[in-house]
Amino acid sequence: MPTLYFKNTFTDIGDVTLFTKKFFKEVFIPPYESKEFFRQCYLMGYKSLPLVAVTGFIMGLVLTLQTRPTLATFGAESWLPGMVALSLIREIAPVITALICAGKISSGIGAELGSMKVTEQIDAMEVAAINPFKYLVVTRILATTLMVPILVVFADAIGILGGYVGITIHSDVNAYRYITQVFESLDFIDIIPATIKTFFFGFFIGMIGCYKGFNASNGTESVGKAANSAVVTASLTIFILDMLAVQITDLFF
Amino acid sequence: MKTEQENIVKTASPAKRSPVIEIKDLHKSFGDNDVLKGINLTVNKGEDLVILGRSGEGKSITIKCIVGLVIPDKGNISVLGEEIIGLNRSELNKIRVKIGFLFQSGALYDSMTVRENLEFTLKRHSTELSAQEIDTQVMDVLDSVGLSDAVDKMPSELSGGMRKRIGLARTLILKPEIILYDEPTTGLDTITSKEISELILDIKKKRKTTSIIITHDMSCAKLTADRVMILKDGVIHAEGKYEELEKSEDEWVRSFFI
Repeated sequence: MPTLYFKNTFTDIGDVTLFTKKFFKEVFIPPYESKEFFRQCYLMGYKSLPLVAVTGFIMGLVLTLQTRPTLATFGAESWLPGMVALSLIREIAPVITALICAGKISSGIGAELGSMKVTEQIDAMEVAAINPFKYLVVTRILATTLMVPILVVFADAIGILGGYVGITIHSDVNAYRYITQVFESLDFIDIIPATIKTFFFGFFIGMIGCYKGFNASNGTESVGKAANSAVVTASLTIFILDMLAVQITDLFF
Repeated sequence: MKTEQENIVKTASPAKRSPVIEIKDLHKSFGDNDVLKGINLTVNKGEDLVILGRSGEGKSITIKCIVGLVIPDKGNISVLGEEIIGLNRSELNKIRVKIGFLFQSGALYDSMTVRENLEFTLKRHSTELSAQEIDTQVMDVLDSVGLSDAVDKMPSELSGGMRKRIGLARTLILKPEIILYDEPTTGLDTITSKEISELILDIKKKRKTTSIIITHDMSCAKLTADRVMILKDGVIHAEGKYEELEKSEDEWVRSFFI
């Protein structure tokens, strides 16, 4: 029924808002779970490097190979390094990397916290007078907020390397010249808004994963639902945020 | 017309001792389902109270209300002389560290080893302890549950009975005055169930704890209970010593002991 659907949607929005409010309240109150935060940074950042590296390389390579014939038609092959760098840094690397993180990290958080909820591990922390929200949620959201931008910068670099490999397949281009052309085509205005939006991507990837997992209902089925729902919601949120970021960037820069 | 309190099948009056847990007129509903409809109970210092009842009668909900995991709709809960309903998190936590809670599944943190499970709780509440002292306490408490060999194992490597023992060790490491056991022997074979029941008894003797034990296992109840309460339809239907309730004239009460 549409009424029920809208009621549930608004209830969800209200719950997410309260969850976010709780995060901002808990994040500033000691004790700080720094050890768990660094552990999560390691798990989310370092452990995602191979996946992001492979994806970033393929993004750069494929983008170069696909674009080259069109540019060659207009005799504009020399624009290729700049175009690849701009496309990667402004749009492709942030969005694709964030989507990969939504699939790997957000679903992982959803499943992990959902499973902890179902097996009463979160309750066990609560009764042991340990704040599970601070230990599990705050650390994970902070880690994704910090790690996703770093992974995006890494994907940018690997993507540009992939672009160079793509170019050398068809022509003999000096690496120094390629890098020079890449940096000549870039401005701070290309990098800064693109980097700022990745912090939001990271925040929402962590927040959605934590919200879905932390609020999983009892039962093993809910663990799968939490993981699945975390990926879908986080991916959709990334596209919406990207659209807003592009509009805002367009407005001010 | 008799009141609910008068309707309780009483076979013996509890000894007059200082109450550690007092619950008055506890109500809890989930939607249209009224689970608790006015629970009244008192647990005295050093006493082991066993709560029996059919599944879904609200036994676990009652003990979850005691530690603030479930917020009751109505009623009063006093733990160690402190009214817990309405307390904020930090006030409640001061009482929670004095209460141990053994979950049905053990609820071990499955990303941590047994040692880390125990240290995790201890380090947060005893920040002044050195690494050596923490290690000693961890090994002592594992010794007391007979599982010092399992210190570096992951929870996934443990059997059901071992998980419950480690869960109990994690509870004991904070030296609680009260321990709440949620079906400590469920899902275990007869021998392991007996070992867990004896462990509960041993903990009571050595550590002078006060306990509430939720169980369906009558041999566990017989071994551990100083007093037994039976829940029916969201209220306490009968209370007394195990041997007395076993011979109760109430057929429904007797049905538990067959």
